[in-house]
Amino acid sequence: MSRGLSLRKGAAGARILGFGDYRPRRIVTNDEISQRVDTTDEWIRTRVGISERRFAGDDESVVDMSVAAAGKALATSGVLAQDIDTVIVATCSAPAPIPGLAPEVAHRLAISAPGAFDLNAACAGFCYGLSAAADAIRSGSARYALVIGAEKLTDWTDQDDRGTCIIFGDGAGAAVVAASDTPGVGPVVWGSDGEKSRAISVAGRSSFMTMDGRAVYRWATTQLADSAHRACELAGVDIGEIDVFVPHQANLRIVDSMLRTMKFKDDVAVARDIVYSGNTSSASIPLALTAMIERGEAKTGDTALLLGFGAGLTYAGQVIICP
Amino acid sequence: MATTEEIQSGLAEILEEVAGVLPADATPEKSFTEDLDVDSLSMVEIATAVEDKFGVAIPDDELANIRTVGDAISFIEKNQS
Ligand SMILES: CC(C)(COP(=O)(O)OP(=O)(O)OC[C@H]1O[C@@H](n2cnc3c(N)ncnc32)[C@H](O)[C@@H]1OP(=O)(O)O)[C@@H](O)C(=O)NCCC(=O)NCCS
Repeated sequence: MSRGLSLRKGAAGARILGFGDYRPRRIVTNDEISQRVDTTDEWIRTRVGISERRFAGDDESVVDMSVAAAGKALATSGVLAQDIDTVIVATCSAPAPIPGLAPEVAHRLAISAPGAFDLNAACAGFCYGLSAAADAIRSGSARYALVIGAEKLTDWTDQDDRGTCIIFGDGAGAAVVAASDTPGVGPVVWGSDGEKSRAISVAGRSSFMTMDGRAVYRWATTQLADSAHRACELAGVDIGEIDVFVPHQANLRIVDSMLRTMKFKDDVAVARDIVYSGNTSSASIPLALTAMIERGEAKTGDTALLLGFGAGLTYAGQVIICP
Repeated sequence: MATTEEIQSGLAEILEEVAGVLPADATPEKSFTEDLDVDSLSMVEIATAVEDKFGVAIPDDELANIRTVGDAISFIEKNQS
């Protein structure tokens, strides 16, 4: 038998200490979009549930928004930048593939020499990143991690395509994740369906995003409930006990459909941030949750079920304890 | 095998659950979009619920041909095993 290597001793669990968000300054209403493409405020509200979304300007890059959201998450969690040892940026709308954005984000936050990488699991990216961070903490590779979901989807959206331009927006959200004796990030249930890889895609570097909305809608409303239930089961929480449900903000109709098929308690708090943010892919879950915490809809100690899903197709869900 | 009556009442239950249509309104001659205000996304969910209830899958291209409650009933009748 060949020799075995020694391993680091990790923490019993990981826990989120604080969230932060960044919403671009410019608000774009449905009426503004209706001036450019053939659509109406009424259609957008009833089919996707969006009233307005944010479009990032030239001085609001994916890195800028990541730095702003992460800075706020550090401030709310009371963790110092110098204590962070791992930075994960979940994004599918980086301006270029090289270099990854996480090292620059860390540098601008004055975090010195952390493990830093980008992760692309599209709209499930934040949940994948959170799982990667929690597992790194449990294995001893990290003690304090920043997980950021940041998107400038308008860079990749054809503002003349009414099938996509009504839906996507920009923004960033972040969480500080730390080692803890009492686990506050439950096991992830993740997966993918690469047979549907073309359902949402960008064909090449000078192309815009295309989407088979109907196929994605059908998949999201039928294939994800089991994984959500399983994530609860693995965390030792009955789905009927979940206090806060934060699904990816893809379409309000998908959220409502999930509420019909999953057996939550009647007064579960449900993220509906899409109304004001549009679909911001990997940023949508931390954006929504930050707002819910600030409004007191998600309280310290609450159990929250996060459920990301999107291009790939990918999905991931886990239960967390709210900071 | 469900009878026509069973399919009609099962479908009415689905319509009520998914789209808030009153069971009394879910009669065969009604058009989903024009009479019952059921849009294309609700149709997708109705298709899913039909599959759960009757074991009959309605793919997206077939869904486009189903215009009335009666169309849905006969599709289910024809395709149930
Ligand atoms: C995009 C989406 C809203 C489109 O809805 P849909 O019902 O599938 O839309 P369709 O393209 O089939 O069009 C339905 C009707 O609305 C019209 N329509 C489509 N887009 C429109 C728009 N922006 N404004 C007004 N009318 C529109 C179509 O012309 C069609 O009219 P018709 O029935 O008279 O021919 C929907 O498919 C969706 O949200 N899917 C999920 C996508 C998603 O969540 N993606 C992100 C995953 S991370």
